[in-house]
Amino acid sequence: MGIAEAILLTIATAATPLLLAAIGELVVERSGVLNLGVEGMMLMGAVAGFGMALTTGQPWLGILAGALAGTLFSLLFGFLALTLVTNQVATGLALTLLGIGLSGMIGEAFVGQPGVKLGALDIPVLSELPLVGRLLFGQDPMFYISLLLTGGVMWFLFRTRAGLTLRSVGDSHSSAHALGIKVVAIRYLAVMFGGACAGLAGAQLSLVYTTQWIENMTAGRGWIALALVVFASWRPWRVLAGAYLFGAITIAQLHIQATNLSDLASWPAPVHWLAELVKSIPSQFLSALPYLATVVVLVLISRNRRLTMMNTPASLGRPFVPDR
Amino acid sequence: MRKVLLALTASAAMLVATGAMAQDKTKACFIYVGPIGDFGWSYQHHQGALEMQEKLGGEDKVEIAYLESVPEGADAERAIERFARSGCDIVFTTSFGYMDATNKVAGKFADVKFEHATGFKREHPNVATYNSKFHEGRYVQGVIAASLSKKGVAGYIASFPIPEVVMGINAFVLGAQSVNPDFKVKVVWANTWFDPGKEADAAKVLIDQGVDIVTQHTDSTAPMQVAAERGIKAFGQASDMIKFGPETQLTSIIDDWGPYYIERVKAVMDGTWEQHDVWHGMAEGHVVMAPYTNMPDEVKKAAEDTEAKIKSGAFDPFTGPIMKQDGSEWLKEGEVAEEGVLLGMNFYVKGVDDKLPQ
Repeated sequence: MGIAEAILLTIATAATPLLLAAIGELVVERSGVLNLGVEGMMLMGAVAGFGMALTTGQPWLGILAGALAGTLFSLLFGFLALTLVTNQVATGLALTLLGIGLSGMIGEAFVGQPGVKLGALDIPVLSELPLVGRLLFGQDPMFYISLLLTGGVMWFLFRTRAGLTLRSVGDSHSSAHALGIKVVAIRYLAVMFGGACAGLAGAQLSLVYTTQWIENMTAGRGWIALALVVFASWRPWRVLAGAYLFGAITIAQLHIQATNLSDLASWPAPVHWLAELVKSIPSQFLSALPYLATVVVLVLISRNRRLTMMNTPASLGRPFVPDR
Repeated sequence: MRKVLLALTASAAMLVATGAMAQDKTKACFIYVGPIGDFGWSYQHHQGALEMQEKLGGEDKVEIAYLESVPEGADAERAIERFARSGCDIVFTTSFGYMDATNKVAGKFADVKFEHATGFKREHPNVATYNSKFHEGRYVQGVIAASLSKKGVAGYIASFPIPEVVMGINAFVLGAQSVNPDFKVKVVWANTWFDPGKEADAAKVLIDQGVDIVTQHTDSTAPMQVAAERGIKAFGQASDMIKFGPETQLTSIIDDWGPYYIERVKAVMDGTWEQHDVWHGMAEGHVVMAPYTNMPDEVKKAAEDTEAKIKSGAFDPFTGPIMKQDGSEWLKEGEVAEEGVLLGMNFYVKGVDDKLPQ
C-alpha cells in the first residue's frame, strides 16, 4: 500500500462520522427543526454500539444498536421540542449535556476494555487496484453506508414527493398545516432519522475509527457536523464536500508535522525551501486549519445570497402549534 | 462555547450537590482536564483520589468532589473558585494549564489549600506544586525504542508544547541516542490532551510515514490500538494499556498519585500542611513502569538496568554532555540539569528533528 493510498484511507475514516452525523442533521433542519443534540446522540450511539458489540461479539449488531440508541434518544428531543413545544435550542443543548453524562454512566463498565472492530470489506481483485482499489473496494461498511445515505438524502429531498413535503414543512409550517400536511408527524420522522444517523456516526467512532469506549470520545465532532450543515447551506453534496475537506486537512497537517526536513534531503532544493517554509508554521495554527479552511471554502461556495436564502429552511427553529 | 456551557453547568450542578454538606469532615476537591474514564491521565488522578479516600478512613472522614473535563484557561478559574467557595479544604488542580487560574483563586481564599500539578508558580503561601518525573520513564522508553526499531525512527504523538512534554521528548531522544546515536524521532503535535479519533489519526500518519515504534504523550488508548492493528510496537501512557495491545505494548509509564494524595490530605487533617514543591520520580514510587513485554530478553535487561540506575539515583537522564538542538552546549560532561531549568524547558536537545512550537 503506497503512502498516497494510505492518506486517502485515513481521510475517509476521519470524514465518515462527520458526514453521517451532518447528513442526518441536514434532514432534521430541512424539516424546520434545529436539534443541537447531535453530540449527545452520537455519544449514545457510540456507547450503545460498543456495548452491544462487546457483549454479543457482533459488530453489526453494535452498528444497529448505535442507530437505535440515537433514534430513541432523539425521540426525547422530539417529545420535548415537538409535542411540548419547548425552545429547540435549549432542548438540543440539554440533550447534548444529558447524552454526555448518560453515556458516561452507561459506559462506565466498558472503560478500559478493548472492543470489537467492524472489519473492512475486501472485494477480491478490485481492492488490489492501484491507488483507488482499497479506497473504493476495501473499506469498512460504514464508509459505503455514509455515501449511500448522502446519495439517498439527495434523491429523497429533491426528487421525491415526500421530500418536497418535508421541505415545505421546513419552509412554512403554517402553510403546510393549512394544506393538511401532518407537520408534527413529519418532523418526528425527520428528527428520528437525524438521531439514527448521529447514532451511526457514534457507532462508527467506537467500532471502526477507534475500537474502544471512552467518555466523551466524540470530542466535539457533533458540533463540527452541525456547523457543516449551516456552512453547506443545507445542500447534501456540500456537506459531503465539507466533511471530506475537513478530514483531508486534518490528515494533511498531521503529515506535514510528521515529515522531518531530513526526510526530504534527497529532494531538489525548491522542495526543501517549500518544506522549510511550511514547517515554520506553528502546529497550533495547523491544528486550527481544518476548521478555518472548511468555513472559508463553504462560505465561498455559498456566496450567492439569493440562493442561500432559498436553501435556508424558513421555519428553522420556530415552534409550531397546530391550532395556532 | 460548548465547553463553556459544559463547565458552567457542571460546576453549577456540583455546587448544588456539595454545598449543603456538613463541614466536619475534610473535603478534598479535584479538577480534571479530561473525563475520569479516559483510562489515562485523569483516570490515574482519580484512582489516586479514591485510594486516598479509602486509606484515610473512607467517606466518613474524607469527602471527595471532582469536576471532569474542565477546559484550561478562563473556565478553569471559575471552576476552581466554585470549589473554593463550596467548602473544599484542599483543591487539587491536575493540569498544567490551570497554573495561573489556581494562583489567582488562591489569592482570594487564604484558608483553602491549593495543589497544582505539573506547574511551577506558587504566588501565595497556600499554593503548593507537585509533579512526577515522567521523563525518567521516557528515557527508559528511548533505550527500548532504539534497541528494537529496525528503521531507526520512532513516532511521538505530543499534546501541547509545555515544559513537561518537551522534557519527555528530550529524555526519549537522549535515551534512544545512548543506544543509537543516529536515532530519529518524528514529532506530531495533536494540540489536544484527549481526542481518541485525532490521536488515532496521528498514529496512522506516523506509521504511514514509516515509523515502527509509536509513543504518545496524549491521554487515550487510541494510538496503542492503531499500532496493534498495524502490527508495530508502542508505549502506553499514564496507565497500563496492555489490554489494548497485548502483543504491542512494550511498557507504559504509570502515574501513581495515591501516595501523594494520602500524604497531603492527611497533612490538612493534622493541620501540618505547608507549601512545598515536590518532584518525585521512580525512586519514590510516583513513576512506575508497566512490565516490560513483547521484547527480547537482552532489551528487557537493558531497560531494567536503566530503570535501576535511575531509581538508585546513580544516573539522571539529563546528565551532560548534552547539546541543544542548534549545537550549542547545554550541559558539560558530568553536569546534571537543574530542576528549575527542566521545569521551564522550552528547547530541544540535539538530534530532535522538529521545530518546537513556541
